Amino acid sequence: MGHGMTKNPRKKSHPSDGSEQTASKITRRDLLKAAGAAGAAALIPTSLKGASSAASPILDGAMRGSAAMPPGAPLMNLTARETEILAAMVDRLIPSDELGIGALEADALGYIDRTLSELGPDSVESYRTGLAALDRYSEYTRGARFIELSERDQDSALIDVQTGGASGAGVGFVGSSGSFFNMVKSHTWQGTFGDPHYGGNREFAGWDLIDYPGVRMRVTEEDQEQLEAEELEPERRSAYELAMFRTGRPR
Amino acid sequence: MPRQLRSTDVVIVGMGAAGGVAVLPLAEAGLDVVGLEAGTWLDQRDFAPDEIRNNYRDWPMLVKKCENERPTSRATSATNANRVGGHPMMNAVGGTAVHYWAQSWRLNPWDFQVVSETARRYGRSRIPANSTVEDWPFGYDELEPYYDRVEREIGVSGQAGNVGGNLDLKGNRFEGPRKRPYPMPALRWTGFLETMADAAHSLGWHPFPGPAAINSERYDGRAGCAYHGFCSKGGCPVNAKNSPHLTTIPKALDTGNLRIVTQAHVTTLQMDGEGRVTGVNYVVGNEEYFQPAKVVLLACYTYENVRLLLLSRSSAYPDGLSNNHGQVGRHYFSHHQGAAVSALFPFDLKSWYGLPAQGVAIDDWADDNFDHVGHDFIGGGNLWVMSDRRPISAASMSTYGNGRNWGSGWKRFIRENADRSHSSYIQKTTLPYEDNYLDLDPTVTDELGLPVIRITAQFKQNERAIAEFTQNRMEEWYREAGAIEVVRGGLGNSMGISTHAYGGTRMGHDPGTNVVNPWSFSHEAPNLGILGASVMGTSGARNPTLTSQALAWRSAAHLVENWEDVSG
Repeated sequence: MGHGMTKNPRKKSHPSDGSEQTASKITRRDLLKAAGAAGAAALIPTSLKGASSAASPILDGAMRGSAAMPPGAPLMNLTARETEILAAMVDRLIPSDELGIGALEADALGYIDRTLSELGPDSVESYRTGLAALDRYSEYTRGARFIELSERDQDSALIDVQTGGASGAGVGFVGSSGSFFNMVKSHTWQGTFGDPHYGGNREFAGWDLIDYPGVRMRVTEEDQEQLEAEELEPERRSAYELAMFRTGRPR
Repeated sequence: MPRQLRSTDVVIVGMGAAGGVAVLPLAEAGLDVVGLEAGTWLDQRDFAPDEIRNNYRDWPMLVKKCENERPTSRATSATNANRVGGHPMMNAVGGTAVHYWAQSWRLNPWDFQVVSETARRYGRSRIPANSTVEDWPFGYDELEPYYDRVEREIGVSGQAGNVGGNLDLKGNRFEGPRKRPYPMPALRWTGFLETMADAAHSLGWHPFPGPAAINSERYDGRAGCAYHGFCSKGGCPVNAKNSPHLTTIPKALDTGNLRIVTQAHVTTLQMDGEGRVTGVNYVVGNEEYFQPAKVVLLACYTYENVRLLLLSRSSAYPDGLSNNHGQVGRHYFSHHQGAAVSALFPFDLKSWYGLPAQGVAIDDWADDNFDHVGHDFIGGGNLWVMSDRRPISAASMSTYGNGRNWGSGWKRFIRENADRSHSSYIQKTTLPYEDNYLDLDPTVTDELGLPVIRITAQFKQNERAIAEFTQNRMEEWYREAGAIEVVRGGLGNSMGISTHAYGGTRMGHDPGTNVVNPWSFSHEAPNLGILGASVMGTSGARNPTLTSQALAWRSAAHLVENWEDVSG
């Protein structure tokens, strides 16, 4: 890689020599942005402190603080270059801000990667083609690779992609660019708001954002009344932490 | 050569909502019954409250026959048919009833007599041009005892509105008279549902809780509903959703007269030279089998019922089994469930828990429950609001024109509004038409190389007029309850693939326009019965499952009482 020109000073410091480092830097950058240097340590999930190399990509038991890969680990299905484009896109879809961490820190990227392993080569190809097309579209229309654009330009490029305006003209989207956008958006939402069993929704960031009261096996009339009175304590656990589903695998 | 199995009295193709109910009267009568099911058994440990798996992935099914044979569709014969989207139907013992919403309605009396009642009240000219709709061969009263029986056998909760002609205004005043109340009280309401019911009252409408094949309390040894919020496309982890795999099938197995073969992929029905069916060919893995039977009951979903008939050809049936009158695939229609209306409220609805079958119904604008003199359509729609929300779908809500659906601005929007949106469910009368039909696709096949069904069908003026009318009513209702934004879907065009698919093997007296007789046995092959919504000639404005189950019970009871005649 090694592109010289960047338009966005905030992103100038991205190293481009490998996805692991790149993505983990992005994570740290966003955590820092969210809370400032002093508060960042408190925001880093317990499971990540000193866990940069130990975790392995397994599905089962991907509960809070247990076994999921840390955000920023290399993806199994995409190259480093593809990963950094996807990371930048996901980061714009659900950014980290004063309302909480974003999709990147919730590890939507890891969720997407595991999902691609399940969906197979056709889906991986859809991502590869779409990410390359997004990069090409950015260069053609805004003069730089997607990751090098300012946030404003990234957003305007993504709006073109979402509305289908980036289709055609040799950019490389298959069919409407909107299909690619919707696919990534859908997976990003699953990876941010879905059950953490699948590796995303780290620290229950998605559920906290929308005040989801959580997974329960039974909701009594009293529970519902408490919910309506804003007195119900949220549950924060995966469905697979419930006793009858704890056997490990989604059957 | 397929392996020839020992003959049985009755073989049923499909252990879903209809076939899984018919097994009980047959087995209890002492008939030997073989149930062939493409799927497998699932149990409550398969049903984790997991939105990703239930609503975004393909479930825990081992067998995806439904998926491989999903139909192609097109609006009219002038266009090419495409295969779009997935198929919500599933293969399992219990079929799609394992994960359905379980709304368990009886049809209203009008639905059985659309032609004669329309002619009587408004004149025959009000039947839309090119509609092939007929009156059912019998009225509501004929089916009432079977509705009553099935409601008790599987367990249906609800609030009766008309017991023996005595109206109870807590229930649906428009329902046909029932012998008894429901065996269980209705599912509870939430605060938001109470708000909607109050708003309906203010409009002078008649809200009531809808019926569901879901236990509102302990019933028949199974738990009451847990209201945990993962019911939509989810199996029930506490066994409160009354799929046949928990209700009628275990009881039939207990008689010792039912044997179920799972992972059995039925390919064709077999006939003799006289036109009687002799049994069923099926495949398990790479092994082929022939199951001979005195009587065959076809109890698949509408598309597969029609497909198996069209795929089963012989000298007696050159155009497909029971199709010598050219009626197989005709009179097809699917419920107009589109043309949605959604609303944004300025307060949290607290809808995170509950289930689609827990809700408030309005029947004032359904069927012929209101005067159609000033309208340009017949029929109408049932309005339904429920308590059902999960995190991913909540976060994917419409922004109601408040900016784009991602980014920091969206994050502020969703933080505020994730629990403030509501989507109604409006089921609308849909009629059969001359040029809406099912046939075999000329090019697309399943994994065995057999052609899939091709849907050629579109909603017509009558359906679109109902859609617009009911959208207006729904918006009124939402606004009355305090909604600040209301959005509407399109009125509908191509019918596409549907979970409420009717016709194709319609039931009626006339063999010239119907595949099966009033007992749902073939006009042409006397020992072939057909179960499911494919025999229904009208849709009503409500879910078809309970009606197809009542019809299945009635056909099975008829078979038991007329065994010598039917089995020959």
